[in-house]
Amino acid sequence: MEDLLRILNEVKPGVDFTKEDDLIESGILDSLSIIQLVTKISDEFDVEITPLDLVPENFKSAETIYEMIQNAED
Amino acid sequence: MKNITECLEQTVKCFPDKTAFRDDVSELTYFQLMSKAKSIGTALAGLDKRNSPVAVYMNKTPMCAAAMLGTAYSGNFYIVVDSKMPLERIKNTFGVVHPVAVITETGLADGIREIADGAEIFICDDISETPADENKLLDIRAKMIDTDPLYCLFTSGSTGVPKGTVISHRNVISYTDWVIETFDIDEKTVFGSQTPFYFSMSVTDFFSTIRTGAELVIIPKKFFSFPINLIKYINQYKVNTIYWVPSALSIVANIGLFKYAKPEYLKKVLFAGEVMPTKQLNYWMDNLPDLLYANLFGPTETTDICTYYVVNRRFADGSSLPIGNACNNCDVMVVNDEGKECAAGEEGELYVRGSFLAFGYFNNPEKTSSVFVQNPLNSAYPEVVYKTGDIVKYNEYGELIYCGRKDFQIKHMGYRIELGEIENGAAAADGVSVNACIYDPAEDSLILIYEGKAKKDELLDELKKRVPEYMVPNRIIKIPSMPYNSNGKIDRVWLKNNFKNIE
Repeated sequence: MEDLLRILNEVKPGVDFTKEDDLIESGILDSLSIIQLVTKISDEFDVEITPLDLVPENFKSAETIYEMIQNAED
Repeated sequence: MKNITECLEQTVKCFPDKTAFRDDVSELTYFQLMSKAKSIGTALAGLDKRNSPVAVYMNKTPMCAAAMLGTAYSGNFYIVVDSKMPLERIKNTFGVVHPVAVITETGLADGIREIADGAEIFICDDISETPADENKLLDIRAKMIDTDPLYCLFTSGSTGVPKGTVISHRNVISYTDWVIETFDIDEKTVFGSQTPFYFSMSVTDFFSTIRTGAELVIIPKKFFSFPINLIKYINQYKVNTIYWVPSALSIVANIGLFKYAKPEYLKKVLFAGEVMPTKQLNYWMDNLPDLLYANLFGPTETTDICTYYVVNRRFADGSSLPIGNACNNCDVMVVNDEGKECAAGEEGELYVRGSFLAFGYFNNPEKTSSVFVQNPLNSAYPEVVYKTGDIVKYNEYGELIYCGRKDFQIKHMGYRIELGEIENGAAAADGVSVNACIYDPAEDSLILIYEGKAKKDELLDELKKRVPEYMVPNRIIKIPSMPYNSNGKIDRVWLKNNFKNIE
């Protein structure tokens, strides 16, 4: 989770990702940052995030992104 | 025809009940679009202004299109203002242009009221119900000429003062004549519109739609975050033509989307606005081989485009795609520093002449006269041409190649270098998702900044294979995430000021 929070802060500095629970609706994550994020997650966690994982529900909060990564690791 | 509203009415005669504009929650048929535009035009006509600026501060919806056309009916011209732009920056724009009115929507009205600077505020939903005064509108149009302005489009000047290019009805009609004939736009065309209405690229799909009875499907921005939904959406509305920025096309390529979903109706893929990386273009062409791909090139000052290239051969990853040749009814010249035409293969600045050319910038005669100048190749009679600031040359096929911006052209160790060429080389390397090359004149050094998983020494080795020794960067910096400005382009000014502190 710490690694993920670090990556999130690299993509969007200055946001407290432990508190935000609607990253999409609030506009914190736009299309460019989601794609940046996914590239980084794939590299650093060495998992394959496919377009099928790119659904709004997976990007609501740091929690849901973390769950998505864990599912991809299985 | 002299006025874009006449074009709209002609289309309404042929296709009154056909959808003109739609997004994911609303749509307007041609008849509805015209009716709403006439109502809005009637309400604005009450201001009794002519050729005056009206700001359209709305989200990208079919109703926003009606507001833009309503402004034209009233004999004034519109400025579409990004609804996500900070109010401070809007204030800057208003400081240059002083709009006489602002058309907005309920959710946005309060913010704009604070900075309206005396402009009257209209809520679009309200004034689109005004009974249309047909006689008054006809009277307004009878007094208009085709060189009257249709819109003013602001681009962020590099100095921070926004620059508003004024475009006339004639500009848009001449320009879309070319679009329609070149890409066979007709009532069967369904555009999937990606670019905002405050960006010059939207002029292409917006007005060629209105002139032909095509349909324009607005793609909400959120779909680019969730690409499977994007494909579902464009399939649902049978989108067959797209005109997107390369970064939108690259998203699709970088995540390998076509393994999971493919557009079913797509026939034409047009792009402009940035350099299209060949690696990502090849992904599209490999997966969707039977489509037409075209690289369009031009600045806001030539309405949208001045040259184009229909892709007719394969390009190796990392090589540069031509920008082709001049559009019909548009002419381009490659001019050297002495003001003479360049020899074949010689690099020079691109100049444009013809009916696509704006008159210049709003309230900015100095900037206007510095780039809208007498044709250096013609001393016989007055002829204004536009200096694009782009460096180009002809290749062995007689196609123009874009080399970079004049502002990015630098001299390093005595060599004249286009930073774009180094960036092209770096873009082709594995594990580089995005990169930018800047020049530090104080140290006479080239600095390449990139994002991606490639190691610095691997990237350096890769670059040495692709660019001459004198173009190999003196320093390579890996950045966790590339900074972008509000137009979605890499923020080079920030990089230049901050590269020393990145690592």
